[in-house]
Amino acid sequence: MNDRGDARAWLVVPAILIVGVLFAYPVSWLLARSVTEPVVGPQNFKQLIETPVYLKALWNTILISGSVTLVCVLLGYPLAYTMAHAGERLRRLLIFVVLIPFWSSILVRTFAWMVLLQQKGLINKTLTDYLGLIDQPLTLIYNRTGVLIGMSHVLLPFMVLPLYSVLTRIEPSLTQAAASLGAPPHRNFLRIYLPLSLPGLVAGGVLVFVIGLGYYITPALLGGPGDTMIAQLIEMQIADFGNWGLAGALAVILLLGTTTTFVFVSRSLIGVR
Amino acid sequence: MTKGLLQLDNVSKVFDTVTAVDRISFTLAEGEFLSLLGPSGSGKTTTLQMIAGLTHPSSGAILLGGRPIGPLPPYKRDIGMVFQNYALFPHLTVARNIAFPLEMRRMRRTEIARRVAAVLKLVDLPQFEARYPQQLSGGQQQRVALARAIVFEPKLLLMDEPLGALDKKLREQMQLEIKHLHKRLGVSIIYVTHDQDEALVMSDRIGVFNQGRLEQIGTVEQLYEQPTTRFVAEFVGETNVIRGEVRHGANGCCTLETAEGPLRGRAHHAFTIGSAALISVRPERLRLEAGHALRSDGDGIPGHICEVIYMGRLRKYVLDTQGGQKLIVARQVAGAEAKSFAVGDAVIATFVPEDAVVLQDRHEQGGD
Amino acid sequence: MTGAYPERLWPSLRAAFCLAVIVFLVSPMVIVAIVSFSSAPFLTFPPPGLSLQWYRKLASSSVWLDAIATSATIMVPSATVATAAGTAAAVGLARARIPGAGLIASLIMAPMIVPVIITAAAMLGVFRAWGLQGTRAGLILAHTTLAIPYVVFTVLAALRLVDDRLESAALTLGATRWRAFWRVTFPLILPAVLSGLLFAMVISFDELVVSIFLSSPTVRPVTVQMWSDVRGDVDPTIAAIGTLLLAFSVCALLLETALNRQRTRPLETAGTGPKTGPRTGPRTGPRTGPRTVPRAAR
Repeated sequence: MNDRGDARAWLVVPAILIVGVLFAYPVSWLLARSVTEPVVGPQNFKQLIETPVYLKALWNTILISGSVTLVCVLLGYPLAYTMAHAGERLRRLLIFVVLIPFWSSILVRTFAWMVLLQQKGLINKTLTDYLGLIDQPLTLIYNRTGVLIGMSHVLLPFMVLPLYSVLTRIEPSLTQAAASLGAPPHRNFLRIYLPLSLPGLVAGGVLVFVIGLGYYITPALLGGPGDTMIAQLIEMQIADFGNWGLAGALAVILLLGTTTTFVFVSRSLIGVR
Repeated sequence: MTKGLLQLDNVSKVFDTVTAVDRISFTLAEGEFLSLLGPSGSGKTTTLQMIAGLTHPSSGAILLGGRPIGPLPPYKRDIGMVFQNYALFPHLTVARNIAFPLEMRRMRRTEIARRVAAVLKLVDLPQFEARYPQQLSGGQQQRVALARAIVFEPKLLLMDEPLGALDKKLREQMQLEIKHLHKRLGVSIIYVTHDQDEALVMSDRIGVFNQGRLEQIGTVEQLYEQPTTRFVAEFVGETNVIRGEVRHGANGCCTLETAEGPLRGRAHHAFTIGSAALISVRPERLRLEAGHALRSDGDGIPGHICEVIYMGRLRKYVLDTQGGQKLIVARQVAGAEAKSFAVGDAVIATFVPEDAVVLQDRHEQGGD
Repeated sequence: MTGAYPERLWPSLRAAFCLAVIVFLVSPMVIVAIVSFSSAPFLTFPPPGLSLQWYRKLASSSVWLDAIATSATIMVPSATVATAAGTAAAVGLARARIPGAGLIASLIMAPMIVPVIITAAAMLGVFRAWGLQGTRAGLILAHTTLAIPYVVFTVLAALRLVDDRLESAALTLGATRWRAFWRVTFPLILPAVLSGLLFAMVISFDELVVSIFLSSPTVRPVTVQMWSDVRGDVDPTIAAIGTLLLAFSVCALLLETALNRQRTRPLETAGTGPKTGPRTGPRTGPRTGPRTVPRAAR
């Protein structure tokens, strides 16, 4: 390490100033609103807890985010596994494909689902007209289904990439050793591979869950009134009611939920090994 | 052809355009310790993987106890294997690691516990049941890997350079321990290594690999005294190799005309007169005398000493011969008053024909 | 997984499943692109024919052109400043001994972790008080703040791979600390810096939630314009602009992929060896640097 690196310590100052003034201060300001507006006191939190509509929205948020996490695990694990075991070229192609949604606008992706899930959208058209499987088009949008599909689509890369990263670090000799010791493929997977992949699953799952908690665009466009999530509540309080106190309280709760999940999971991960 | 425990019959493995293993055939007797010795990339590990079932041979057959095991997947072959990096399951304790093969065979809990304890005692790690592999030293991990591979009493044990990651002293200690275990258990072992000293210490027989081919297989003494190819002569132990042309040969003895004059050595097959050949003499079979010119009896090579290397038990001399070659002569350091030579001395290196071997000159470079 | 013995059923099932997942991931965007070339007057799939009418509509619409211009004029300064400040911060954190470095790093990374809706609401409240709401300057400042963590993350990862002994070697050869940095370290981290720049550009151009709060009818980036249109009557013009946005993202990703390949090569041949980590097995995981950075909640 350098002994005279002190001058270079000042290099962090611009970033600190920018983030401090333009982010940390406003966020603290907002969080403070929760207990200072309209008067000092915890009345905003009381209101949240006592109003069923808000409670339902909070519960919805957790439920939806949890369901999306589950879907992403089911869809993402086989994909990550294939990526980890693929040849060089296929692997690079798959990584690229997984990254495309990552780098594209969420709005565009959600809009794409609006096109697909409509009454007369592609999916319904395929099912009714082309395949003749059903008579009436399914309601796939402006309800829970639409939100789940849309959010899973957007959040899947967040599951696949951390999981893939862990899977590639699993020594191939471990499953080979298990086979040489008499483990048939399914027991090999369940007893050796799956436990070793757990850290990646957890990392991906936490990421998906936490990001899902704070999601705004997708539920706003694809969900119905019964699917309102906490981010939409915050927006409503500010744009429609100008109630900064309540908005701040909601922000506090969301932030608490995010941080507790992180801390809780990293604690239990560290505890295991 | 004796049946033996394991038989490889013209086994080959081709990856795309690379032939990793080229028509290997050998038989392993019950209870035998066979080392597969060769430089990196010579095909030994691939051969081992085919025996274990982790890779398919491209052609040829592998028989275990007289029956082909080709169609058998690795988890049905009942062969123990110790991997180069030990491959211990990091999420299981030492006890669970060792119990794993027994659990796969659906043994009773009590029986498993008994066996695990017994084998831990065997490898001298009796208190380590509850520890995790990451908490163990390299040597300890080694022993757990070994324990895990023998706990289900396989007939055949495969070991892939298991001591490569250990330091010298520990390695030598483990070599002896493995050898002792082998005697106690009576299991057949195929041991892959690139370290010839290791192979010499531990093996009943050694198979020397080079570029996917099995160049020679035999006891240590056979390989050392009667190498059949230049590669084997140079890989197992040290040797001096001199090029020449066959003058005449009879009764297993052959004379080559070389740049150092006519030299005689043992020959295992008939060489045609005039063909190119090599003569191999080990450094310790050369004797040194002061002098400039050859005497009439015995084969000798005159030259000057250009380097002396003192190695404790041995003294190595590097000679510049009159024919332009560099020879290595190794003499034991016999005691305080023994005669030794110095740089610049004119000497003659002599040997008896029984100590030299005539080999084919294949023109291809053996080894890496 | 157990070696050569193919489990007959599983690989084909798995392949089919993965194909389905890939289709799931990619097809929505492909559909948008196809719709944008539709010759029908309204949103329908599949389109009856192909036409450039929607792109022509875009090109002749002052609303959209203004929006694109606004987005561009916000993206350039914010991405540049974010890259500069972020790179500087990364260098400071990696090379200098700073008291409370962990805390400072957490602060700088915070915008990436805190849900965007919170950031958006917070910025609205404060910027409004400062007269920055609805201004281009406000949006530039906001986008800069959002992008900095990603730049820091990317450049820091690259810096950790560059042996700081290289700079020390340069010093013994007579270079000043400043020149040692610019001539030795900076070229090695340049791909990462450019990666960060690309990512900052994409973040700014695609940014929606904060921009919704901070824009006005006169200062309106493309994404906000899309947002208001999408909730009204949808016509394929949105598909057209969406396709353009996608094209922008994909190009950026392609560039970044090329850069990433460039990034790992010079470090491998330098002979400084792997700096971190215990001896891992035969396969070292791929570098998943900036791409896996979680883009905070939208």
